[in-house]
Amino acid sequence: MSTKKLTDNGHVLMNEKSLSSVSRRKFLGYVGAGSAAIATASFISSCKDDNPSNGGVNLGSGDVGILNYAYALEQLEAAFYTKVIMSLYSGITATEQALLTDIRDHEVAHRNFFKAAITAAGATPLQDLQVDFSSINFADRTSVLGAAKAFEDLGVTAYNGAGKLITNPAYLVLAGKIVSVEARHAALIADLISNGTFADTTDTNGLDMARTPAQVLAIADTYVVTKIDASNLPTS
Amino acid sequence: MNLQNIFSEIEKKDPEVFDKLSDRRKVMKNFTSFAGKVALASIPFAFGSMFKKAYGQTPSDIIGVLNFALTLEYLESEFYKKGVAAPNLIPAGTPAVAALNKISADETKHVAFLRSAITAAGGTPVSFTFASFDFTAGNGSQAGPFATVFTDYDLFLAVAQTFEDTGVRAYKGQAGNLMSNNDVLTAALNIHSVEARHAAHIRYMRRARQATNPGNPLYVGDIKPWITLKNSNIGSALVQASYDGEELTTQAGVNILNVGGQTFTANAASEAFDEPLTKAQVEAIVDPFII
Repeated sequence: MSTKKLTDNGHVLMNEKSLSSVSRRKFLGYVGAGSAAIATASFISSCKDDNPSNGGVNLGSGDVGILNYAYALEQLEAAFYTKVIMSLYSGITATEQALLTDIRDHEVAHRNFFKAAITAAGATPLQDLQVDFSSINFADRTSVLGAAKAFEDLGVTAYNGAGKLITNPAYLVLAGKIVSVEARHAALIADLISNGTFADTTDTNGLDMARTPAQVLAIADTYVVTKIDASNLPTS
Repeated sequence: MNLQNIFSEIEKKDPEVFDKLSDRRKVMKNFTSFAGKVALASIPFAFGSMFKKAYGQTPSDIIGVLNFALTLEYLESEFYKKGVAAPNLIPAGTPAVAALNKISADETKHVAFLRSAITAAGGTPVSFTFASFDFTAGNGSQAGPFATVFTDYDLFLAVAQTFEDTGVRAYKGQAGNLMSNNDVLTAALNIHSVEARHAAHIRYMRRARQATNPGNPLYVGDIKPWITLKNSNIGSALVQASYDGEELTTQAGVNILNVGGQTFTANAASEAFDEPLTKAQVEAIVDPFII
């Protein structure tokens, strides 16, 4: 806590580079959700030199860092749906099984693609992440679909937020090719949970949300054992 | 958002930027107090007006892209507005009523959002009304091949799917042209994914509808929330241009069919990636609908 200072207008500033991942996570927990919180988080991300290294596996910098960031998220999704299909929830319908199998194939293809693309770019792909799905009951439809919705909505906001961090137009188009498929998944999963909720994520302007890597990784942290260091990612 | 860094970068190129904007402290004070009060999505307007004040304009190519997007949003918005108001079109008492009203409302909000953004950035938004369009695809004759689009629910859904899938491809194709403005790019991406959500739901509605209307030629094959190969699943050559090019199974030189040593069907490999359309391709597709 000693690494944080409250300014007179209530914004939290980080003034040291060596925030532990725990305190950073706590901090993001304090920030919470909602538009005021988003504005606060955005303000903080605009402060220079505030990216703390947490000693975890480093995503890298520049476009490769963003590709590794996407690779990390796709690893998470691919691992999740692989387990969903290996241990189908009770009462699954033929349609649900077919469509969830499709989604698994898409996510595994995305994961493998990023590894290949990062290698092709002459860079080193992130290591295989260790995941923890112990909070999900794979035998229970509500638990599985609830987690699936969380993953898909998170993926959409992650890609939407990463777009501006990419400098190579070809990579931006690739991210665009994938994010709309994630949004299609998100819509279906929402409809499976409650028909008609396919776009309940929109704000008052009819827009989806965007999240920063720090916001996304703090949420994904529940399911990832491997510590991820995003401190070298671009912030603008 | 990285406002301080943005200003630092601009200041390197134009040391007088803050004089042009008034004084630095006031700008930052205005922004920080503003940012605490408004939803993030509204902030691009603030950037738009600040840049307009400093430089008199936003690059015309950005305004051009936004007006192109606005045209497509008008097309969708007027289409759904008419559809949800058309008597006996949407089956009463079904979830379709709420779903199509939700999509209609989103498209109307997109129109308002883009109009505000263009105006704030110093541009002039294009304007359309229902009378600007010919949803029969008749180029103004109002007697085109989709003449029954507001009386034949299955045709209405088919055209809706085509509009949504085309919209997704159109936004995707323009992302690269918005890279010079992070806030406009992010806003466009945040609309792009909503269009994909709409497309997925319309397709899911059509899947359900196919089961109860097996003989209707507007339903072809296995209709999924995602696009398989270049299949429209609509059974009409008139919409094919919206799907051509979606069948790719190679991305950035990587063969998806065997990527990572695993085998994927061409269906899965093509579904996993949506493809962009150029502005010219989109304009050709929507041309029969715009008078």
